[in-house]
Amino acid sequence: MNEGIVISDITKSYGKTKALDGVSFSVNEGELFGLIGPDGAGKSTLFKILATLLLPDAGRAFMTGLNVVDDYRKLRTEIGYMPEKFSLYQDLTVKENLEFFASLFGVSVSENFDLIAPIYKQLEQFPNRLAGNLSGGMKQKLALSCALIHRPKVLLLDEPTTGVDAVSRSEFWDMLSDLRKHGITILVSTSYMDEAKLCERIAMINNGHILAVNTPEKLAESIGETLYNASADDMFRLLTELRGIPGVQECYTFGATLHIVAKKDFSPGSTIEILRNKGLKNVKIYPAQATIEDLFIKLMQNDQQ
Amino acid sequence: MAILTSLIKKETLHVLRDTRTVVITLVMPLALLLLFGFAISTEVNKVKVVAVTENFTDEVRNILQEFQINEYFDFIGIVGSYEVEEMLRAGKTDAAVYLKTDKGSLDSQIMVDASNTTTAQTATVYIQNILARQQVSSNVLIRTLYNPQLKSSYNFVPGILGMIFILICAIMTSVSIVGEKENGTMSLLLVSPIKPRTIIFGKLVPYFLLSCIILGIMLAISYTVLGIPFSSSVLNVIWVSLLYVILSLSIGLLVSTIVNTQLTALIVSAVAFMLPVIMLSGMIFPIDNMPAILQWISCIIPARWYIDAMRRLMIQQLELWMIWEDLVILAGMTILIMVIAAKNFNKRK
Repeated sequence: MNEGIVISDITKSYGKTKALDGVSFSVNEGELFGLIGPDGAGKSTLFKILATLLLPDAGRAFMTGLNVVDDYRKLRTEIGYMPEKFSLYQDLTVKENLEFFASLFGVSVSENFDLIAPIYKQLEQFPNRLAGNLSGGMKQKLALSCALIHRPKVLLLDEPTTGVDAVSRSEFWDMLSDLRKHGITILVSTSYMDEAKLCERIAMINNGHILAVNTPEKLAESIGETLYNASADDMFRLLTELRGIPGVQECYTFGATLHIVAKKDFSPGSTIEILRNKGLKNVKIYPAQATIEDLFIKLMQNDQQ
Repeated sequence: MAILTSLIKKETLHVLRDTRTVVITLVMPLALLLLFGFAISTEVNKVKVVAVTENFTDEVRNILQEFQINEYFDFIGIVGSYEVEEMLRAGKTDAAVYLKTDKGSLDSQIMVDASNTTTAQTATVYIQNILARQQVSSNVLIRTLYNPQLKSSYNFVPGILGMIFILICAIMTSVSIVGEKENGTMSLLLVSPIKPRTIIFGKLVPYFLLSCIILGIMLAISYTVLGIPFSSSVLNVIWVSLLYVILSLSIGLLVSTIVNTQLTALIVSAVAFMLPVIMLSGMIFPIDNMPAILQWISCIIPARWYIDAMRRLMIQQLELWMIWEDLVILAGMTILIMVIAAKNFNKRK
């Protein structure tokens, strides 16, 4: 039996809307596993099912060998759940929040303090500040401390980095890597594609079903297409012109540049020539490294067809 | 037990840190009680009254004297019967008393300006009381029991108690629980190993204690400022009120399992509970005067039974066993609502 998370064929509908449609994947014990997908893909629903808050319509899920539907009482002592918003008592202080969540699980803050110490370090300066007056990053750290205070075997983090500044985000991922040393299985969801590469393995989810599961590197390689970056002074015209060129299979905005998915007969040199003749200035086209986001765009398009 | 203590401690901190709510919950009952007790009064003072009489027997003289002394009346004087109608029409008098002695026995007739029915009814009772005291030979003898001066505070205090507790308890519990739902902390409580009934208990206990404080204040004012006669029945009043508080708390709990935002919780608690309590509980309008259908509806309103019980305990000062019907109904409602609410509370969907 896998001591991490095993999800098989989970389906869940709200009325006529299918939030999850036959979701299956498993997370190894002690793994940092990412669930990547856009808003509304069904990530939170899956987390609620795993956290024993919702019942699946069909399918089964196990965590640390316990069934989320039947063994939920026992399971609840084994998991740490951090919902989408940082759910803290805004009118209680940092210390009161931590102590309260510890008491819910019948543990004291001191006995498990070693686990949260690196995370709680920054909050220790103001134990008497109300949680509502903390910055987004601080709230996130407090919420994580509260979710960890009972030393769970599985940690479920639902979009923990949404609404948090870039520095706090990267600090947060460092903390998650540290936690792996304690052997905690971590399932984390995010809609930021750039965070995917920080996980050991990821599952891509869209419209309630899983598109792919693998390590970030393997997934990026699996795209199997030649990609180019393209840029020019007039980016919008560049996009429309490129979409009209026969060798271009696909063209979409990617950060500050465009990504071109090239067909076999695509030649960067001649394309630049054509575009220059059309009056575009500073045209640059050069090979690009495929990323998770490119794969996601491709898989989503295949999915819709 | 340690978990329950920390739940209660947490909830108490919520209440104490929200100073505004504490002030409102303590001041609102006071304001309502004093408002209804004094300002909104169905008592009638200074009823202008004239008398029509020809024979000044001792009996008649005593009656007239009584009208002059009594502070509830403003005795205008003795007038001729032909003037009465004109005076009533012009508003120079509110009531006229005809006193006629025939063969040694006194006959009386009361004429009242009933353009304001409340004043008219009350004035009539006052006058009847005075006549009854003097008219030894009269066939009809009226005695107004329990509330001879027809003080309106006697009538309103039970009503206000019935309204305040359902409002405060239902609003406070439902808003606080739904607030945790909105905030997401309820999911954290639910995914923790503690039992749902412990969560419920931890929620209700602090509000129960707060309600006890409110009950204490309200009873203190009722028995002192508003002049409800104090007796040993006050203990019974407290027991029944505590039962009603628990019932109101469970109604709040039930609301919280149905609605999803604090605003809806507030509206549901305020509109769905306040209006029926005011209109249909017998607090203001007598239930016996309602159309049959409304009388049936009023049966499901907890305040109706509580107010009835309070009137009997506070004003009539009956023993507990004499209001067993009210008690059984209130207790039954409490258990029923508690069970439904608790079942709904932890439903995994």
